[in-house]
Order: sequence, then C-alpha cells, then structure tokens
Amino acid sequence: MGVEGIGASVVRKEDRRFITGKGRYVDDIKLQGMTYAHFVRSPHAHAKVKSIDSSAAMKMPGVVGVLTGQQIVDDKVGNLICGWAITSKDGTPMKMGAWPAMAPDTVRFVGQAVAVVIAETKNQAKDAAEAVVVNYQELPAAADIRAAIKPGAPQLHPEAPGNVIYDWAIGDEAAVKDAFSKAANVVSLELTNNRLVPNAMEPRAAIAEYNEAEEHFTLYTTSQNPHVARLVLSAFYNIAQEHKLRVIAPDVGGGFGSKIYIYPEEMVALWASKKVRRPVKWTGDRTEAFLTDAHGRDHITKAEMAFDKDNRILGLRVKTHANLGAYMSLFSSSVPTYLYATLLSGQYNIPNIFAEVISVYTNTTPVDAYRGAGRPEASFLIERLMETAARQLKADPAELRRKNFITQFPHQTPVIMAYDIGDFGASLDAAMKAIDYAGFPARKAKAKSEGKLRGIGLSCYIEACGIAPSKAVGSLGAGVGLWESAEVRVNPVGTIEVLTGSHSHGQGHETTFAQLVSERLGVPISQVQIVHGDTDKVQFGMGTYGSRSLAVGGTAIVKAMEKVEAKGKKIAAHLLEASEGDIVIENGEFKVTGTDKSIALPMVALAAYTAHNLPDGMEPGLKETAFYDPTNFTFPAGAYICELEVDPGTGKTSFVNFVAADDFGRLINPMIVEGQVHGGLAQGIGQALLEGAVYDSSGQLVTASFMDYTMPRADDLPSFKLNHTTTLCPGNPLGVKGCGEAGAIGASAAVINAITDAIGNNKLEMPATPDRVWHAIHGNAT
Amino acid sequence: MSTVKLTVNGKAVSADVEDRTLLVHLLRDHLNLTGTHIGCDTSQCGACVVHIDGRAVKSCTVLVGQANGANVTTIEGIAKGDELHPMQAAFRDNHGLQCGYCTPGMIMSAIDIVHRHGGKLDEETVRHELEGNICRCTGYHNIVKSVLDAAGRMKVAQAAE
Repeated sequence: MGVEGIGASVVRKEDRRFITGKGRYVDDIKLQGMTYAHFVRSPHAHAKVKSIDSSAAMKMPGVVGVLTGQQIVDDKVGNLICGWAITSKDGTPMKMGAWPAMAPDTVRFVGQAVAVVIAETKNQAKDAAEAVVVNYQELPAAADIRAAIKPGAPQLHPEAPGNVIYDWAIGDEAAVKDAFSKAANVVSLELTNNRLVPNAMEPRAAIAEYNEAEEHFTLYTTSQNPHVARLVLSAFYNIAQEHKLRVIAPDVGGGFGSKIYIYPEEMVALWASKKVRRPVKWTGDRTEAFLTDAHGRDHITKAEMAFDKDNRILGLRVKTHANLGAYMSLFSSSVPTYLYATLLSGQYNIPNIFAEVISVYTNTTPVDAYRGAGRPEASFLIERLMETAARQLKADPAELRRKNFITQFPHQTPVIMAYDIGDFGASLDAAMKAIDYAGFPARKAKAKSEGKLRGIGLSCYIEACGIAPSKAVGSLGAGVGLWESAEVRVNPVGTIEVLTGSHSHGQGHETTFAQLVSERLGVPISQVQIVHGDTDKVQFGMGTYGSRSLAVGGTAIVKAMEKVEAKGKKIAAHLLEASEGDIVIENGEFKVTGTDKSIALPMVALAAYTAHNLPDGMEPGLKETAFYDPTNFTFPAGAYICELEVDPGTGKTSFVNFVAADDFGRLINPMIVEGQVHGGLAQGIGQALLEGAVYDSSGQLVTASFMDYTMPRADDLPSFKLNHTTTLCPGNPLGVKGCGEAGAIGASAAVINAITDAIGNNKLEMPATPDRVWHAIHGNAT
Repeated sequence: MSTVKLTVNGKAVSADVEDRTLLVHLLRDHLNLTGTHIGCDTSQCGACVVHIDGRAVKSCTVLVGQANGANVTTIEGIAKGDELHPMQAAFRDNHGLQCGYCTPGMIMSAIDIVHRHGGKLDEETVRHELEGNICRCTGYHNIVKSVLDAAGRMKVAQAAE
C-alpha cells in the first residue's frame, strides 16, 4: 500500500467528477418550488436611505415578495459581527459599528444591499429589482485610508470617532528606541500593500429551505467552514437555533479566505425562506463578487530597521494603517494585528520590534482575510526592507539575509511567536542553486547588451499556520477555539469513512486524508471515503483556512485512527487468543508478534459489529472520534527568487525564471503540495504585477469586473521551478506544516525586489504595471 | 418565448425559452447540464466554454436563437462511456485542476486548441491560447502541462483511428 500512503503523488480521487462535469456546486442544485433572490444595492458609497418604494416591483410578473432592511431589523435578525476582539493601546475595546444584513437607514459602501426581490425566476427577480425605487440622500464619502483619517473626514459610524476602529501596538517601544539610538545605519521604507479582490472562480451562492412542520432550516452555501456558519447564524444572528439549522457546503469553487465569512446574502436567503415559505436561491454574479466579497490587504506602512556596524539587525519600528472597509467583517480585526504584526520578525534575529497598527473605516467593501491574511503584508514589508537595506549598505542581498537568519530553535521573537523549527539557510541555498545565483551578473550583462534591464529579487518568507492552539488564540481575543475534529468509521466489511471538520474547496482533502488512512490502516484509498461539508453528517469542526487542514485536521484524523487501532488490537488479541501487548499492525493486518498468527482489519471490523465474540464489557462497533488542539502554530518557511527582464522602452516585465524552495515539513502528496504552491505564487505575482482594487474619490469601485481588474492569465505567468527542503514540524505527529498560503505570502516581494533591482529605482508600488515601471525608469513616477 | 431545437451531446433537444435566454442558461437551467459553469458576467473567464459545431465558444455570449439547429457539445459529452477524453485524463494525471470550477471550460477550450494547432503546440502557444480562460487555483502551471500532455495523447489516439 506504500504507493498510496504518505509521500505518494497519487492522482486525486475527487477529480473524476470535476473533469466530467459532475461536480455539485451550490448553483447546480434545484429544490422543488424554489424561488430566486436578487438584491437591490446601493449605487452610492455613503448615503441615507430616505425611502424605499416597492409598489411597482410587487406588481411585476412572478414577484413573490420584496423585503427591506427595516423588515430584517424589525424581525430582530442580529447585526453581522466581528469575532476577534482587539484592544487599543489605551485599553479601550475596538469600536465596532452596527452592520445590519440589509441597510435600514444608511449605506456605507457601493453594493451594500438595501432590499431583496424574491421571484419565480432569476430574470423576473432582476427585472423587478430595477423597479424598486430607493430615495437616497448622498453623503460625503471617505474612499481610502488617507481620506478617512484626515481632519474633517466624513464619519462612517458614530461608535468610531475619527473612523478609527483601534490604535493597537505590540512590542517594547522603549527598547526599540534604545536600539535605534545605538544603530550604525537605519534603513527606512514607506509602502502600500495594494487592495486585492479574492475572486474565487465560483461566485458565492446560497439556497435556503425552511420546513414549517419541523421549524427547521437547510442552507446550501459556498462556505469554507459550514459549522462556523451554523454557529454564527444561530448564536449571533438569531435566524435559527443550531439544532434546527443544517448547513451544507457541497463542492465549493475556491475560497482563498473569501468564503470563511457569513455574509448578508446568506443570512437574507435564510430569513427570506421563512418569510415567503418557499426555498430561496441567491447566486451572486461577478460584479456582486467584486462589490461584496471581503477584499484583502490594503495597508499603508512606514518602517525603519536599525543595523549595527556589522550589518546585524538591532531593531524594527513599524507603523501601519489598515483599511477594514465600511464594516468589520468576521475576522477582519485580527488580520492586521495578530496575523500581521506577529510575523514581523520574518526569518531574522531581530531583538527589538515595536509595531503600531491603526485600523480605519472607509466607504469601501469590507476587508478581511485573503490567502495569507496579514502574513503576506508582513513578509512583503520585511523582504522589501531587507532588499532596501542590502542596496543601502552595499551588501549582497543573500548574504545580508544569511547573516541575520535565526539559526537556533526554538526561537522566541519579540512579537509573541515562538518558532519551533526551521533551516532558513538550507532553503536559501536551494533556491540560489536552482536559479544559478552566482551566474546572474553575467546574465545581467548579456541582457544589457541586448537593451534589456535584468533584475534578480529574493524573498525569504515565514508564516504561522494552523492558527492554534485554542487557548493561545483565545487569550489574544479570538471568539472561537481553533482545534479540529475527525471521526473514523470502520464499516462492518472494512471500508472506511472519515468525517472531517475541515472543508475542501480545491485543496484535495479527499485524496490527502485518504492517504493518511491508507498509510496507517493499510487499506487502498479507493476503500476510504472522506466526508465533509455537512453539519448533519459531520461533528462540529472549524473548517479550512490558514493552511490548517492537514496540520490540525489531519492530525485529528491520526488521533482518531490511534483510538481505532487501540480498540482493534484488543479485539484482535481476544480473537487470536494473544496478549494485547503482542499485537502489531502491519499493512492492515493485526499480527501476533513472533508468530504467523494474524487477522485482517475487515475481520476485526466484522467481529466488532457482529459482537458475537468480543472481550467482556467491550462496546460493539469500530468508530472513533478525536478533537485535536495543537500545542503551537506551525511555521512553514522558504526562499523565492525571481529573475526577470524589463523592457525600458515599454516598462513591460517578462519573467526569466522563478524558483521556490519551501520547507513544509513532511509532504503527504507532493503533487498536491506543488499545485498549492503554484496557485499561491500566481496570486502573489498577481498582486505584484497585475491586481489592484481601485476606488475613485467618491467611493466607486472602478475595477468591478474582469474587464477592469487584471486577473493573472496563463500568458502572464511563467512555469515555476519548485524545490523542497525539510525540517519536520515537532508540534504534530505527522511533522507537517501547511502549504496553502506560502506562494501568496512570499512571491510579491521577490518580484518587486527583482524589478527594482533591474531598473535601479527602489521606489515602485504594486501592482507594478508597465506604466508605473516605465515612469519609475524615466521619472515622473505615478 | 420561442422554441429552439438543437443537438446537445448527440441528442436532439427542444425547449421553449425566453428570447433573451443565453445558451449557458439553456444548458444549465433547462437541460440540467450543470457541468458548464458561469464565473463572470463579461465573457472574460471562460468557465462556460462549450463546442458549437466543433468550435470552442463561450456559451454566455450566445443567445439560444443563435444556437438554433447547432450541434453543441458540453463537458458531459466528451467521454466515451467510462473512457475519459484524453484531455480529461491529462488534466487528472497532471493535477491540472483544484477546485474544478474553471475546469470544464478549460478542457473544452484546450481540446479546441489542440485541434487547431495539431502537433505544433508549445508552452508559449498554449499560454497565449488560454488567455480567455481564467483559473484562480492552479497558477496555470499544471494546466499548461496537461494540455501539452493531451496534445501528444490525442495525436496517438488519432493515429490509432
């Protein structure tokens, strides 16, 4: 069975349904008597809703109902919440403004829903939504961080004077000041981390069904964490009690963080299904995705790094303004704080760090975790600083990094994190070898002779994944625990079902998790079914985000299998008339050590369920559950190097080579791991070169379609050269760290470092479009 | 309302639909062929690509009236029973998909690319030709590998016929 166990690049079990068109996504589902919802959305970034006249719409063909924000408030549906409490420097709690699922009186971003039309068909709902007359009184808008914090700025929420949600800090300010006073050199940098739109290819969708007789709701939804959705919908939004709400997240077409949150549309669909006593379906279109899916990043940062005369880092001082949009999304508060500032030590020994983060409201779409969530912003900042320092100190960028690498583990940083293990030098060596770093000057000279500007850029990233243990995140303000659950059911004939609280929306859990079972219990992966995404089937679980599924969810499966094995050994010992201590398990056989006596797992399972001959007092059955809470975060790390050419005539960038050397600990399925890295790199490169959400000063999102927002296409990207180095994670029995976000965390700095190296101008914002690059080369920088 | 008649995956079908109905909605909502997906509203993403009379077309750009009498093939119609189309098999074997949402459109576009270029495909051409299909998961690396692999398989299959 080794060919299907840990370390085998087996093709994915789930693929057949996707390549034959038999996937089952939310919008593919039809229920008897289903109606269709279409939202009436604000065209203004900031306005009072003076009145809503739905009389004409109600007379349109097929209209079942028009529901408004006032009705949802009247029905006491709870406001959307942010589930991570952050405390400002002055000890005051974060300032959260009210966010009703549909706006009863004030809209604060373009696209915010004010009413919903329910009709017999999608087209009828759309037509009738056009006929809903909303009378707005426009208010001045603050469309970005600078506009929101300047004196006299429009105020979004009465709860948050000056639009400041919190003014938070981490680290020892006095110690950093002292470190800077002793510095031989100080390197400073100001940068923007551009706002991104996640754009999972499947738009969000929801189908809600209310069963009157049972007073029970079913919600099919595009969720990365259906149990969390059920918990929030019941405990905070008062729509249904937890045991009267089933949440199903079937095949989900990508998430990247954007499908963690419980959005207004899903809430409204549930609430409306009870109002109209019919199933209600809402499927977002791409424009709605641009306007309402939580965006990512959007920081403005000033940072300074102090070095001694030997180019060793003495201290780091960071001040970041983070844009959280018009409302606080579910985990928004944690992203620029505990997911960002705690990673500001990067791979380096930085004895003193002080970071301040001021998060503000603006009249824009809410911002929350998007692939990497805070860690890309930290990595981009640190790696841009290191590159800037190398240039300023006239040091080799690789050697400056190497000199400051953390080499002893565990390592306690000054910003909470305790790195458990790593070998940063090994991944840098591997990347430098893969790209022939030593040969770069000759290649640069050759390119120059051909009229091209060639550059090379390094990025040595580290991230904290798993986002656990629960006690630690709880002490930092998280409203939930971040463990994971698993149930392993060995059926009477020996096939196995694994029910996991993780959710797969592209990550390949149905294969990777089956490989864990194959390795441990010796069954072929074809005999293993991974069940996820349905709160009626699976015990409570926390879902998939933060590269946590394998390190946390996979370990829960291992823990459940340990219990299965323990019980199986007892049964086998009884049947084989041997001592339990003499039973060993090899390739699915329970063997009596030192003899030829053995019994296969299916026979043990059958004995467990027939229960004709079990040890005295043993319960029948072979099914075990585990809830696993890790002891620490995991710390994937690696080095990316990008080599590219810039055409000085056009400012266009062309990749020559992009190499990665990642340390994810043990790899269960290297093929899937590499696929995750490819996708992450594409998103990181997309941020660096192509993507950026642009609002005009009135708060209109001018990049609200694929015509205007540049998604990376096949011809924008190179093929990648991936390498792996390995230090096994000591925090879990699999030795795994997580791989889902690395590419998005590390890639953007490598690209910008390479372009700025090529053009000899360190001032360049993302996305580094040909226009921006051309101006950076020729002056008049935009 | 109009009645349209066309052939879909080798079967004659007819449907009474609003004149404004797009082919993609006919396939998904009326014929329950939900393998063809909708990923945008500006004909950019290519999740809805099907073949009309053997050519790859974004089915969100086609009014059903324009498809009247046409021969349409969707992702559900390219395997021969249990035997996958070489492009489908290549996507599976090269890990050319993750969430699977863009995959049907990718596969339908890719088959057309191979048909048009025959044996002369290289990485650069595949990347250029895939410009009308957006994937957010794979970074295209393994999609490009899949298409090049399938081009070889399809040549072999053609030679065998």
